[in-house]
Amino acid sequence: MDFQLSEEEEAFRNEVRGFLDDNLPESHERTPDFLTNWSKQIRERRWVGFSWPKDVGGGGGSIMEQVILKDEMAQRKAPSLGSCFMGLAWVGPAIIQYGTEAQKQKYVPDILDGKYQWCTGYSEPDSGSDLASLKCKCERDGDDYVVNGQKIWTSIAMWSKMMILLVRTDQASESKHDGITCLLVPMDTKGIDVRPIKNMSGGEMFAEVFFDNVRVPVENRLGEEGEGWKVTISALASERSSIAEVHGLIRKIDEVKNLARGTIRAGRVMSEDPGIRRRIAQAETKIEAMRLNGMRFLTKQLKGEPLGSETSINKLHRADLEVGLGELALEILGSSATLMEGSEPTVDGGAWAKYSLNWPEVVIGGGTPNIQKNIISERMLGLPKD
Amino acid sequence: MNFGFTEEQELLRAEVRKFLDQNASLDRVREIVEAPDSPRTEPALWARMAELGWVGLNMPEEHGGVGLDLETTLVVLEETGRSLFPSPLISTVIAGKAIERFGSAEQQARWLPGLADGSKIGTFAFLERSDAMGPEGVETLAKPDGDELVLSGEKLFVSDAALADLFVVAVRSGSDAQSISLVVVEKGTSGAAASSFDVMDLTKSVGKLSLEEARVGVDCVLGTQGAAWPATQWLLDLGAALVTAEAVGSAEAALSITTEFAKERVQFGEQIGKFQGVKHPLAEIYVDVESFRSLVYYAVWAIDQDADDAQVAVSRAKAYCSDAFPQAGIMGVQLHGGVGYTWEYDIQMYLKRSKWVRPMFGDADYHYERVARLGDL
Repeated sequence: MDFQLSEEEEAFRNEVRGFLDDNLPESHERTPDFLTNWSKQIRERRWVGFSWPKDVGGGGGSIMEQVILKDEMAQRKAPSLGSCFMGLAWVGPAIIQYGTEAQKQKYVPDILDGKYQWCTGYSEPDSGSDLASLKCKCERDGDDYVVNGQKIWTSIAMWSKMMILLVRTDQASESKHDGITCLLVPMDTKGIDVRPIKNMSGGEMFAEVFFDNVRVPVENRLGEEGEGWKVTISALASERSSIAEVHGLIRKIDEVKNLARGTIRAGRVMSEDPGIRRRIAQAETKIEAMRLNGMRFLTKQLKGEPLGSETSINKLHRADLEVGLGELALEILGSSATLMEGSEPTVDGGAWAKYSLNWPEVVIGGGTPNIQKNIISERMLGLPKD
Repeated sequence: MNFGFTEEQELLRAEVRKFLDQNASLDRVREIVEAPDSPRTEPALWARMAELGWVGLNMPEEHGGVGLDLETTLVVLEETGRSLFPSPLISTVIAGKAIERFGSAEQQARWLPGLADGSKIGTFAFLERSDAMGPEGVETLAKPDGDELVLSGEKLFVSDAALADLFVVAVRSGSDAQSISLVVVEKGTSGAAASSFDVMDLTKSVGKLSLEEARVGVDCVLGTQGAAWPATQWLLDLGAALVTAEAVGSAEAALSITTEFAKERVQFGEQIGKFQGVKHPLAEIYVDVESFRSLVYYAVWAIDQDADDAQVAVSRAKAYCSDAFPQAGIMGVQLHGGVGYTWEYDIQMYLKRSKWVRPMFGDADYHYERVARLGDL
């Protein structure tokens, strides 16, 4: 085992650290001006879309450099690298891999510049975990496709200018995966109706999207007709195992520890409660296991071996922790944890109560834990599909 | 960056695996350990492994070892764990490290060659009746008498006690909490008697060392008399890491045996491995094994490098393992159904191994509490 960086990698890390020292002082306010300047700086350095090839405007960073960049940024709680979240995560990679020259020129620079948001039209009311069963109907009419149907759980649909949309172009295909096509759809197209859904914490982050004879030019098709499943899956696979994601969890567990140190119930400081201590230690251990699992996956990638479904391991840990840390905080707080913002006995302005309702976004959004367990048992253990 | 093994280490793994498959199948292991009055090891196989260099793998070359790092030993342990190979390897490695790290040049020259070539078996004797992992648990007294120490007390739960030729023993040198010494007691020392217990896991030998006014020369003290608590703590950490490393192989084998069973066993007209009620617990075991594997890989590296976070790294690994491996053993038996309860099926052997592993060098309660303490809680 060897955790040394190469000379070039070390130099790159120093470059990132130097940049952060200059541009992200310990105390600063994230004013609009600050963020505009930040965006400009990281864009100039090609750290937005850093993993993408240079000829499309990406940074052409090596796997190790990508890890270093994300890790350093996360450690310093830097603003995100780019603001077009889904565009950078999977729409961009799909367009780069399957798009026409025209599509690349039209969309990729805007994603890098964060000009507008993309949303993702995958899930349907009857096609959640079983995504490939989707039914949103799409028929060819001259130079257009005509889309009729419904999508649901579409995050930030109401603030997005574009959607990456999966539709069914072949109703009769033998395999359910084969009749699916991918379209790039402007959200202001006539016939699209976005209706926000209120979630259990009271916020509105996702929406239902209805399509009523929505006409999409054929030139907006991404990949070939019937190739939509492949386009989608390969782009989702470009979501790399992220070691940086543990920094958010580390910050959260640190907050939980402080909460325990500062909470006195029945005359006892909660950080001295053996049950609480053990659960905090378990959570910390799990976070460290995630970090080290990530290092093992990274090692595999660096050796040129493709990553299999082992990344589901960390998705399960993450799900456990997202739920578990909130629950732990509520148990530390006791009765006051039942109160929301505004009531006098609340702690931290009811932030923990609110936090404890946020986990579904991560835990359900990226494939439920049960689905992750199916993936592991079938692909890693070779158990039969049910 | 490589959080994995070198090509040489992978080659060694393949070699060890082949050796164990050929010489220590589970059927053969049963023959060895189920024999009447079995010593819970097979001297001929031990000698062969020593010849191949696997016992002295991390011991210094000048004393007959191979001079490699602990990671390489970890590779061997994953394999011995997989096959439940009964041997005093972990004990001997700990004794060897104690002498290499804390002993003088003379002491190294005196004891290491025998350990490295497998002709002598070593072990570490720490726990006593109180079962306490801290210095307060060490009550065996070392009274100075001229250039000798007179040792009185009883060391319990000593791995491979009945096999060992030399014991590295933690003894009390004063009333200060941390006034601990490490002394080497050779088999045959007058007043020292080792015996073995009847252990649930037949593939492990555990016993006790009784010391009744046993006399050893001061030249048997490793390091400074009365100042060996940090060294003792280091050896406990080493032990926890090595036990966890071996448990990775055992837990992985338990998972694999149960997974294969789930593919073959048919109920309700289906392979039971098709049912989510069966496949999900197996996926959970996989997640756990891979996770404490990562934790212990790092812990062993951290020990070897004297990294700042070595202690917390060890505690995380052993704590996770102490919860997860026994759970894997229980689930393994349960998913087998009735046959899992039989002596005949192998899964029970792994269940019993998991119960040996759980408290060895500290259970989950102990190590999670240590994680909390080291994390400023």
